[in-house]
Amino acid sequence: MAEDHTPPLQVGSFSLKSRLVVGTGKYETYEVMQDALAASGCDTVTVAVRRERLLDDQGRSLLDFLDLDRYTILPNTAGCFTTEDAVRTARLGRELLDQLGNPGKDWVKLEVLADKATLLPDPVGTLEATKELVADGFTVLVYSSDDPVMARHLRDAGAASVMPAGSPIGSGRGVANPAAIRIIIEQLTHAEHGGDPSYPVIVDAGVGTPSDVTIAMELGADGVLLNTGIAHAKDPVLMAHAMRHATDAGYLGARAGRIGKKLYASASSPWEGVIATIPGE
Amino acid sequence: MHICVNGTDHDVPDACTVADLLREIGLYGRPVAVEVDRSVVPYAEHTTFVLEPGSVVECVTLVGGG
Repeated sequence: MAEDHTPPLQVGSFSLKSRLVVGTGKYETYEVMQDALAASGCDTVTVAVRRERLLDDQGRSLLDFLDLDRYTILPNTAGCFTTEDAVRTARLGRELLDQLGNPGKDWVKLEVLADKATLLPDPVGTLEATKELVADGFTVLVYSSDDPVMARHLRDAGAASVMPAGSPIGSGRGVANPAAIRIIIEQLTHAEHGGDPSYPVIVDAGVGTPSDVTIAMELGADGVLLNTGIAHAKDPVLMAHAMRHATDAGYLGARAGRIGKKLYASASSPWEGVIATIPGE
Repeated sequence: MHICVNGTDHDVPDACTVADLLREIGLYGRPVAVEVDRSVVPYAEHTTFVLEPGSVVECVTLVGGG
């Protein structure tokens, strides 16, 4: 009897019950975010580190709406364009989560971006920051492009997970280059390519629809990280449900072994006993 | 003395600690991570870490992000 559920995803010392990691940005309200996170089934959520507003405006903050006993917080270094700024931001995130007593203090989603227009990762800065943060004891999950060679460099630098972008952040273009993602997965996780089957590859960014999530998982990704696809959906809670099921569908489908593609049709009903006249026979 | 907090100039008393500063700007007791001159000042040191003239301070928290 095949397993009808997905096992936890191990990333370093972290065990994620859900293979869908969801961001906390861009929701219309914190209440919608709360409901969407719950509907997604995720137990890991990403957050950003930003300057506090100096005036106490009695305003509500993200932390008032995140159950820190329920979610492991994965702080990111979004908005950083240099190695130094990314490392500083990671350390500040660790300090915050240490104060909050959340296990997320020991890991970071590393982003070192090249420019604001594309939000593509800067490969040189990303690699440098990975090395620094690994040396500083972080479990580093690295946002990367879909370049298989870069993915290997990041893995070799000690990244706990390489997270190739399906397409640019927030673009909703899905998995733009499935062959590249597949090569990354094979190179990092298939023993015959020098990979480690337990090494996690998480597709991060650009995922807009449930089918995008399923495609990423069917390619063999261990997980998917997304934000805008849920937060900016017309009904974020409904979309979160869909993304949850899409993750499971892709995971199970990848392991079930798909049929081969054929040029011509193959009838599912038997020809034997047909009462009709078959053309050409 | 003059210091810089989150990119803005501030006047604080001499021998001002990180905790003193957080009280003055209304952030004391809130989840805030503090960096002085590009190094994190751990929470346990907020009451003892003394700022100097020209210190560049960052006070950050967690916000929604992907």
